Amino acid sequence: MYVADSRNQASPTASAEPAARPPAGRRGTALAPTVLALGTVSLITDVSSEMVTAVLPLYLVAGLGLSPLGFGLLDGVYNGFSALVRLVGGHLADRGGGRHKSVALLGYGLSALCKPLLLLATTLPTIGMVLAADRTGKGLRTAPRDALISLSSTPATRGRAFGVHRAMDTTGALLGPLAAFLILRATTDGYDAVFTVSFCVAATGVLVLLLFVPRHRQEPHEPAAHDAPPRPTFRSALALLRRREVRRTTVCALLLGLATVSDSFVYLLLQRRLGVPDQWFALLPLGTAAAFLLLAAPLGRLADRVGGWRVFLAGHAALLVAYGLLLSPWHGTALPYVVLALHGGFYAATDGVLMAAASTAIPPELRSSGLAVVQTGQALARFVCSIGFGAAWTAWGDRTALGTAAVLLAAGAAVACAFRPGTPTPTEAAPA
Amino acid sequence: MTTRNRLLVLAAAVIALAAVATASVWHAAARSDRRDQARPGGPRITAGRVTLPAEATGTPRRLVFRNMAWGPHRDELTTVPAGRPDAPRTASGVKCLRFYAASGTAVCLSANRGAMQDTYTARVLDGRLKEKAHYALPGIPSRARVSPSGRYAAWTVFVGGDSYAGTNFSTRAAIVDTRTGRLTPTLEDFRVVKEGRTYRAADSNFWGVTFAADDRHFYATLATHGRTYLVRGDLRTRTLTTVHANVECPSLSPDGTRVAYKKRVKGLPADAPWRLYVLDLRTLRETPLAETRSVDDQAVWSDAHTLTYALPGDYGADLYTVPADGTGTPRLLTKAAVSPAYL
Repeated sequence: MYVADSRNQASPTASAEPAARPPAGRRGTALAPTVLALGTVSLITDVSSEMVTAVLPLYLVAGLGLSPLGFGLLDGVYNGFSALVRLVGGHLADRGGGRHKSVALLGYGLSALCKPLLLLATTLPTIGMVLAADRTGKGLRTAPRDALISLSSTPATRGRAFGVHRAMDTTGALLGPLAAFLILRATTDGYDAVFTVSFCVAATGVLVLLLFVPRHRQEPHEPAAHDAPPRPTFRSALALLRRREVRRTTVCALLLGLATVSDSFVYLLLQRRLGVPDQWFALLPLGTAAAFLLLAAPLGRLADRVGGWRVFLAGHAALLVAYGLLLSPWHGTALPYVVLALHGGFYAATDGVLMAAASTAIPPELRSSGLAVVQTGQALARFVCSIGFGAAWTAWGDRTALGTAAVLLAAGAAVACAFRPGTPTPTEAAPA
Repeated sequence: MTTRNRLLVLAAAVIALAAVATASVWHAAARSDRRDQARPGGPRITAGRVTLPAEATGTPRRLVFRNMAWGPHRDELTTVPAGRPDAPRTASGVKCLRFYAASGTAVCLSANRGAMQDTYTARVLDGRLKEKAHYALPGIPSRARVSPSGRYAAWTVFVGGDSYAGTNFSTRAAIVDTRTGRLTPTLEDFRVVKEGRTYRAADSNFWGVTFAADDRHFYATLATHGRTYLVRGDLRTRTLTTVHANVECPSLSPDGTRVAYKKRVKGLPADAPWRLYVLDLRTLRETPLAETRSVDDQAVWSDAHTLTYALPGDYGADLYTVPADGTGTPRLLTKAAVSPAYL
């Protein structure tokens, strides 16, 4: 990976290993320490939460002897609530001149506190409530965290900053289940140990956030690009949508989100089309995660170089190819690998990149609320898509449903292309 | 605070948290030893030979189940005379999470501890509990059944979802012909006929297969769009036809005229939503049984008039019986036992 950045002739060391040094004198080569600290927090927190996620089915069925079916019904109701929480989190973080760190702390802290509560909850409704609180914490912290990442990196390195953060986050998600099973292996019915260790890990994450992420101050390299900065109220957050750049970003994310089939459907289709044996089914998400992990940083870097929007669209093109392969008659052994690589690549090219691209259009005073609006729009669009896709599957069968999603995706991408005929270098938003 | 002090604070906290984490793991690891010790007052269990008679041979009927009592034979298949459920248990040495048997064929769903993850296997056993075939399972074992003739075996597993909070669950119900080895890995491969029309839904889940005596028909639960249905399956035409709504974990009576099942009853708390019912398949009349606790089990017909089922107990589960006509009262059959089969 010792490839010098052709654009600014960084030393190989600096570009290969984002050192925890301030970017003094070499703008755009090193990642801000805050980004690495936030990446570490996310890594640790994901280890903690994925530990619980990995053992939860086993705990409910084998540990508590419950029938968890129908449990997922809560998901639909909760999706709406979670969107609201996200907007509230973004708004709270922007008030009082930027309380991103405080709100993020609240979110991480709430999720951490839910872990010991799992030791006490033994019925489905109480466990459901604890999980809901856990997800509330996640909803609260996401936008302020992404705002902190964007505010502590220069526009020219934002893609890479988000990419590195997402890679670290995914690393945690892959390590969590491993840790959980090592504990279960060493114990008998050691679910209590898993929850306790998960809490200790989460508490460490909160502590790293508390100690090593500075409260954000206005960065010298990012002056407010407007004379009268908007006051962070709910109305001004919504007024963001009146800015052309923000509106277009949100609309494009929404349109493409409407054609983004949810992960579980992708895995189900993969299994059905290719006859993936049942015992391999649980490994399919790992394929996506591995590709996401490997590609997030390089694609973020690419976004800095050629423009986030291009990479974002290319990511959806990768998804479209994945749909196409799922629809094609080709049944080669390489197919699941290719589809999962494309699927992970799609996330690597869109997840952090969208946040980086949106950040350039949203003024710093409203960064959290603005990012929350974009994220919520995208999440709701994907939720609508999964409901619609389920209905289409019922009515027409999986093939037609996927074909329809592919057509919608292509149409969405075409509209997005027309909206954004290419912004090669990210620029700060012009005053509205 | 200087960076050095921050690191010191973090290091101190990590040491404290690591101590808590280590203590919890150590405590849970020590549990293994405790569970291998028999508890005073528990059932007497001795190692011995457990066989499953091929058909009614005139010998007294036996009850075979998974022993949950702590001690060296925990989780093993054990047997007692059906008429004396509190007699000393004879342990087979075969460990199963879920079990069922009929006419000399048994199905045993068991866990294999892997290096990184537990995997699960469905094992088809003969009358001497010797393995005849095995199948990898895609999830956590839930239900197991064998057809009255011993020819077909079925099982249901839970497959965990991959959403953030892990609340997406689905089930897979599989049927295998133990004579030919032909496996139907999921009932989703069958055609569903709902209200006279072919029905397709991505969210279809099936569980709780119960076989008729003709080795062709069976019943199971179909769940879709938040509702459950009793479906009647046909192994020859590979179809499933809806019969009745709000039926989970059906269990067909020996004469094939009634289905015992758990029904989700309105007004009950969400963590204990079920009651045991019997459905008359000719009249579709529902009869609530005398058990007033929430039953989350696929009941077993101990004879034409009585049902046996598990309820949560001190060691996981206890077995109870109740008359199948709605009269009488539930009676404790034996403690620390689950997955019963009468042979």
